[in-house]
Amino acid sequence: MIYLDHGATTPCDPSVRDAMLPFFTDKFENPSSIYSASGSVKNIVMDVRETAAALIGASREEIFFTSGGTEADNWALMGAADMYRREHAEGGHIITGSIEHPAILNTCAYLEKMGFDVTYLPVDRDGYVSVSDLESSIRPDTCLVSIMLANNEVGTIEPIKELAKTAHDKNVLFHTDAVQAFAQIPINVEELGIDMLSASAHKFYGPKGIGLFYVKKGISMGSFIHGGAQERGRRAGTENVPGIVGLGAAMKLASENMEKYASHEAELRDHMIERILNEIPGTHLNGPEKNRLPGNVSISFDGLESESLVIGLDFRGIMASAGSACSAGSAEPSHVLTAMGRSNAEAKSTVRFSIGRGNTIDEIDEAVDAVKAIAENMRKR
Amino acid sequence: MSKGTVVVGMSGGVDSSVAAYLLKEEGYNVIGVTMQIWQADDAEETARDNGCCGITAVDDARRVAERIGIPYYVMNFREEFQQNVIDYFTREYLAGRTPNPCIACNRYVKWESLLQKSMALGADYIATGHYAQVVKLPNGRYSLHMSKTQAKDQTYALYNLTQEQLKHTLMPVGAYEKPEVREIAERIGLPVSHKPDSQEICFINDNDYAGFIEKEVERENERTADAGSKLVVPGPGNFVTADGKILGQHKGITHYTIGQRRGLGLPMGHHVFVTEIRPETNEVVIGENTDVFTTSLLCNALNFMSVEDLPIGEKARVMGKIRYKHGGEMCTLTRVDEDTIRADFDTPVRAVTPGQAVVFYDGDVVYGGGTIMGPVK
Repeated sequence: MIYLDHGATTPCDPSVRDAMLPFFTDKFENPSSIYSASGSVKNIVMDVRETAAALIGASREEIFFTSGGTEADNWALMGAADMYRREHAEGGHIITGSIEHPAILNTCAYLEKMGFDVTYLPVDRDGYVSVSDLESSIRPDTCLVSIMLANNEVGTIEPIKELAKTAHDKNVLFHTDAVQAFAQIPINVEELGIDMLSASAHKFYGPKGIGLFYVKKGISMGSFIHGGAQERGRRAGTENVPGIVGLGAAMKLASENMEKYASHEAELRDHMIERILNEIPGTHLNGPEKNRLPGNVSISFDGLESESLVIGLDFRGIMASAGSACSAGSAEPSHVLTAMGRSNAEAKSTVRFSIGRGNTIDEIDEAVDAVKAIAENMRKR
Repeated sequence: MSKGTVVVGMSGGVDSSVAAYLLKEEGYNVIGVTMQIWQADDAEETARDNGCCGITAVDDARRVAERIGIPYYVMNFREEFQQNVIDYFTREYLAGRTPNPCIACNRYVKWESLLQKSMALGADYIATGHYAQVVKLPNGRYSLHMSKTQAKDQTYALYNLTQEQLKHTLMPVGAYEKPEVREIAERIGLPVSHKPDSQEICFINDNDYAGFIEKEVERENERTADAGSKLVVPGPGNFVTADGKILGQHKGITHYTIGQRRGLGLPMGHHVFVTEIRPETNEVVIGENTDVFTTSLLCNALNFMSVEDLPIGEKARVMGKIRYKHGGEMCTLTRVDEDTIRADFDTPVRAVTPGQAVVFYDGDVVYGGGTIMGPVK
């Protein structure tokens, strides 16, 4: 089996799992309890908060643990809308991109139903949001700009620093969905000018069901889940301690080896792209050549259907993705690719390979050989 | 030694689940596929959906596939289904006919598209859980033999398959009685063995055809920029007698079908029936029960199965079924022209309905069929 779908999820690193295990049984206490045993549990939660803060150049008071990236995205959008509503009875405007994750797009659709206006910024053929488009879209009632750090399907890394500056110049908050990029490429919230950020552990060898939300100090973001005093009352509910510990271990592993992992993945990525484009006729790379996530390879195959390609690959033990999937699990034409100016047919002919730190050059070669054989067979019929 | 690779269309129901199991037992390399062909717009509708293409179908089929030990995929056929089934269904109703969407789905989606995708993946056959049997006749042609279970026979909805499609088709449950199929499912512990049979049209809830058509037309018109080519749902018009007397107002022709008695709202003092729908004048013709019977019909859009053709000047004696649940009547076929056949029944048949299929049988084998144009007056 060759797993090339790390953009969907990653396996938990064994060291991450080992770090988590004691917190299911031996160190099970509620961090909020009074007795001394709970103190060490509370401390480790604080340790992870500091690890996260250090990783992105924030301080620990700015980190909130969530159930994952989707929750953090919901919090950012709903929270910003809430802040606006506290001061204004109606109106309110949010700007986002047209290639965002459904966690953003569907929350925006919900806010539209609640009376907010949403602008979906277009992207160019490489998936970039334009700074001037953003600038001209900001209105007096704009309360948030939310643009993803890197796209999950095509790997494009957005010009976050410029976009955030444009928002700030007009006194608008800037959120970034960093789920695909977090702990994989360097992110410094201070330097990039990010006010809010979403991340998820299972995208970088941590467990599922845990993520984090960064909110810059001074932003009066309200509570998202109401209840007890956990996360300073802003995200109530007994902490998912094993998850938080797993997130911490995964962040440490990633930050200590970021350069090593990224260059390994980028090397395999470039090799894979080069071989596919050279050896398989009618193939095109989606997203920019250089400025893309280290493990992302998104390829369109003229005249072939991604669904059949992915199933054909599965027959040979290779796991890849056919763009976005609908609730039933079948392939849908990707909104990302159509927003990037591809036709419906082109969008339906795209396969995403996402390389992980554990993949080898031999695996990549085997995968390319398989794609090549499948494409040849399918074109013959 | 594998007998070849077969893609089984799995609906999550007993029949297709057992079909997959039987083929695996016979030594085929079996791949399970659920064709996603329809998705309701809102979550509530999706949750209710228990037709052959809903999310619950996918969940059940995936579980069955793991139980049997075969790879399983969901394939997306929504575009194909929209074009070949929904659009056809809507247009036929707007034109005053009563279409059979299952027949269109079988030919163009379940067979044409699935077969094509399956062959591209290297499969040799596709298979389904239909109650019918593919046979190769002495004349070299492929046809369908009625199922061993007469009451479950599904050959009617399959008459439109081509020779090439039949050549690559397996229908393993056609050789069994329905209780035997349930027994097999139970014996091997398939989690679906108590599910009821699916019925009615899978994409319409609560039998509300007219409401569905209105929604579809609205949706279609949103997609059409050109004002001139927008579809119009026919509005209210007159109920009339055959000789033109106005009896009252109808709700629009999409609400009616030939032979219909209920829901007419006509205070006639006795049962009356729809005998004809006239889209050109927006009239619904009302008559007595006897007026609904006819002895002859014309059909077009022909497909021949057990024979290559019915040449002009020749006749054939066959059994004809004018709808899925029709028991069948003997009739004589005459070729009228290139694309038209006339069928003269030995005894009158009830409610010959334009848009429905008429399927002809030579004994237990499908001879061919076509789309009913209307009764011969």
